[in-house]
Amino acid sequence: MLRACCDVPLLHLTPRAIGSTGERFRTFPVLSALGLVILAMLLLAVPAAYGGPERGWVGRLVHAGSLAGCVGFMAIAVAALLGGAPAPLPLPFGPPWGGARLALDALGAWFLLILGLAGALASLFALGHPPGPARSLVPYPLFLAGMALTLAAGDLFTLLLGFEAMSFASWALVAADHEQAENRHAARRYLGFALFAGACLAAAAGLLAAGAGALDFTALRERPPEGWRAAAILALVLAGAGAKAGMVPLHAWLPLAHPAAPSHVSALMSGAMTKVALYVLARFLFDLCGPAQPVWWGVPLLVLGVAGAVLGGLRANLEADTKTLLACSTIENIGLILAALGLALAFRGRDLGGLATLAAGAALLHALNHGVFKTLLFLAAGAVLHAAGSRRIDRLGGLIHAMPVTAACAMLGAGAAAALPPLSGFASEWLLLQSLLAAWKLGDITLQVLAAAALALVGMAVALAAAAMMRLIGLVFLGRPRTPRGAGAHEVGRLERAALVLAAALTLAFGLLPGALLDLAGPAVAQLAGAAPLRHGLGLLAGEGAAAYLPWLVALLLAACLLATWLLLRRRSPQATQRGPVWNGGFIDPPLVFGDPLTQPSAGGIAQPLRRMLGTSLLAAREVVDMPRPGEPRAGHYAASFRDPSEPFLLAPLARATDALAGRAERLRDFSLRQCLGLGFATLVLLLALIAWLEGG
Amino acid sequence: MMQALAAILTQLLHVALVVLAAPLLVGGIRWLKARMLGRRGASPLQPWRDLDKLLRKRPVLAENASAVSEVAPYLGFAACLTALALVPSFALGMALAPLADLLLVAGLLALARMALALTGLDVGTAFGGLGAAREMSFASFAEPALLVAALSFVMLAGSSNLDQIAAALRDGGFGLRISLALAAAAMLAVAVAENARVPVDNPATHLELTMVHEAMLLESSGRHLALWEAQAALRLTLWLALIVAIFLPFGTAPAGAGPLAWALGLLAWVVKMAGLALALAVFESAIAKMRVFRVPEFLGAALLLALLAAALLFVSTGLS
Repeated sequence: MLRACCDVPLLHLTPRAIGSTGERFRTFPVLSALGLVILAMLLLAVPAAYGGPERGWVGRLVHAGSLAGCVGFMAIAVAALLGGAPAPLPLPFGPPWGGARLALDALGAWFLLILGLAGALASLFALGHPPGPARSLVPYPLFLAGMALTLAAGDLFTLLLGFEAMSFASWALVAADHEQAENRHAARRYLGFALFAGACLAAAAGLLAAGAGALDFTALRERPPEGWRAAAILALVLAGAGAKAGMVPLHAWLPLAHPAAPSHVSALMSGAMTKVALYVLARFLFDLCGPAQPVWWGVPLLVLGVAGAVLGGLRANLEADTKTLLACSTIENIGLILAALGLALAFRGRDLGGLATLAAGAALLHALNHGVFKTLLFLAAGAVLHAAGSRRIDRLGGLIHAMPVTAACAMLGAGAAAALPPLSGFASEWLLLQSLLAAWKLGDITLQVLAAAALALVGMAVALAAAAMMRLIGLVFLGRPRTPRGAGAHEVGRLERAALVLAAALTLAFGLLPGALLDLAGPAVAQLAGAAPLRHGLGLLAGEGAAAYLPWLVALLLAACLLATWLLLRRRSPQATQRGPVWNGGFIDPPLVFGDPLTQPSAGGIAQPLRRMLGTSLLAAREVVDMPRPGEPRAGHYAASFRDPSEPFLLAPLARATDALAGRAERLRDFSLRQCLGLGFATLVLLLALIAWLEGG
Repeated sequence: MMQALAAILTQLLHVALVVLAAPLLVGGIRWLKARMLGRRGASPLQPWRDLDKLLRKRPVLAENASAVSEVAPYLGFAACLTALALVPSFALGMALAPLADLLLVAGLLALARMALALTGLDVGTAFGGLGAAREMSFASFAEPALLVAALSFVMLAGSSNLDQIAAALRDGGFGLRISLALAAAAMLAVAVAENARVPVDNPATHLELTMVHEAMLLESSGRHLALWEAQAALRLTLWLALIVAIFLPFGTAPAGAGPLAWALGLLAWVVKMAGLALALAVFESAIAKMRVFRVPEFLGAALLLALLAAALLFVSTGLS
């Protein structure tokens, strides 16, 4: 690392083959600046190691430094998006046969912008938040640096290095609060999935590199994989990047790991890390695998994405923990982005450039919007956890009175997650639905029927998300407090409020000007879609002559209607509002301070209709009512449960297989020395044969 | 210039028309149903009188009601009014026609639904939560059916803009297509569910356990209740106008037509809406409310019809 530090300034003078001198001077600083910011983030981990409860300034230093770094990421990303991709910057380390290099094209810059936004908001929140365990301070800047390195990688080695740094730093963050058994369980499962993702991506990178004989992206693009090799890369990348992004069926870690981490880290994992995984997926499948994939490449992405959207949306309606609920909503949104990416891939394979830009634009815009509103929602959940002392919905309630700012911001975020116009979530989901409505142009009847089914399921997922957000807001912020601790809640501090208000303002602004954002993302969209996108301007266009969405005009109309209604009613109905005891259908108010909390709808109660309508078939949901017989003096009991299908169908067989394999491997202990040597030799020969085969074929 | 003025004028006339017609439509359906049941029934003007009465009353809010209870009625009403301003009635080519996207209309209705559901949960009463949960659950079955039904006519019109769809289906000479009929059936089922009508919900019920829509309004009174009632009327008008605009586009004045065509279009619209109201009244009188957990089957059938419509179109476009 020290060498890198000394070498970076020198690199300005290194003569290079590509690009004129003037171009070099214009473009070089962007990547050098990015490299320096990443390096500074790495160096932040050094003072962080001296943190502790008695040294509050260390936490502040780390989070302020991260905030500054993330603002730097944003500035660099916007510069790269507006100014064009700078030429790659070689790094002074890397494998001997192919040097590591930094590069930042439009695709990477767009995701760097998402990372910068989510990271800045999370760091600002953490700056005002009481510091968690000191051991979460070291991995936090490393996590940010790892994500940035993944996005700024110019070759496969740097990409995998950044990806693994991100994985392990985030594992350390999930395990930071390891006194609780459930957090240890979450961290263990997270580590398992991270290792699996890393292994799949390394294999995919190996297959790619062996075919092209190089590691850097420009060389890889010239010799894209073909035949079985391309299909194997598709499967491996889907498994590897999908496991990190929370794609169904590899999502089992997400509802465990997100609640276990500190709130600002959950925000970052949900808002930025899953997007980085999607970036890796897009980089491999859209860019490095060449411009011409068959249409069917989009099908697995579309199917898995839509399945994830429905499953995540449904689970979000059944969970009783705020952060788990938000994690399931992340599974849903990642599913929507994946479905959009799959559509873009299919359209591109059919040479429908305009539609491919529509779907790719939907994916990129939703990635950004979700990055911001999910960060906002996780930070609000963190504020609630801090102020009201619980994550469980059934221990919260009525917080809008004690925490009005947090409640208002959370409502805006939930509105965006529920795809309500004119907030940000609606704009990107509008694009996705428009591309699904146009998917019949793919021609093949199988694909058409598939797209129609996907349209129905995406519609269901959007409505399920709205129901989940209604449940979250209605039970946490509205109603009456359900516990004395929740009744004693207070508004969070100044900096935390600033982070929430900033995120809410961004959610609103992104919702009002999606066209400008999409124009900013234009080069990235063109990179994904292989065709030049439309200029959207102020609104969003679904294509030439097709429908348009003008959010600012919608907002204006809504405001005008609100104002007219209010003015009219003030004239026609001048009586002031009066306060009185709650009517509640005529029931007598229970004689407690806040009324009996048990007469309020509970998390399980609100979930009941969807649990019965969809949960029984999709999630094996069960309700058990234990009613005492007449005259029996015990209380009745009601228990509801559900099971994610990935547990019995994927994780349980996997655990059994691991046990069986471990049992077999035990036999290796009894090998004699000669057999052990033979084993090592055979492995070596096999690996060499594999290399020879891959390099040759 | 004249064109733009005519567009603005039709837009204003349209908004005035639907705002005046909405309570009349609700009252008319009630009157028709009462007639069919052998009662005399209240005058179709009764909803207007009710609204006037409610506006003059002092609204009472629960002690622990938050700002949500005060703001949500306005927001829900404004969202429904905005959505209704986009759905063409007697003339095409209104000033807001470029904005009249079907998905946006669905989004605005979802906004109004969210406002209603949060009002139901604001005070923390059991019935409010029950109604909110059921309302949002029904929506998760109604949205897919609506979207797939929309797929059929979006395929034919090439756009999801309501004005373009109405114009295309009016002038396109698609004739009586089976797929359009199936999509219309699906849309009708969705309309029944979205408006909380029999058999999904009973708008006249006073038994809390069977209520969905009304359960969320138990704490509303005065002008807040008036706004919610007016919003429900607007929503019903919107759905019927939507079905009229897409599936019964005959007689609607084309873009840029003169006042004579508007008058004819107005007449045609009134006749078509009255016909749909009669059909709705007959349907509601003939059928019983279904159990809450049968609603997914009802809407699932609508989804299947819509899918069938789309599949027929796929086959027919593939052949030609």
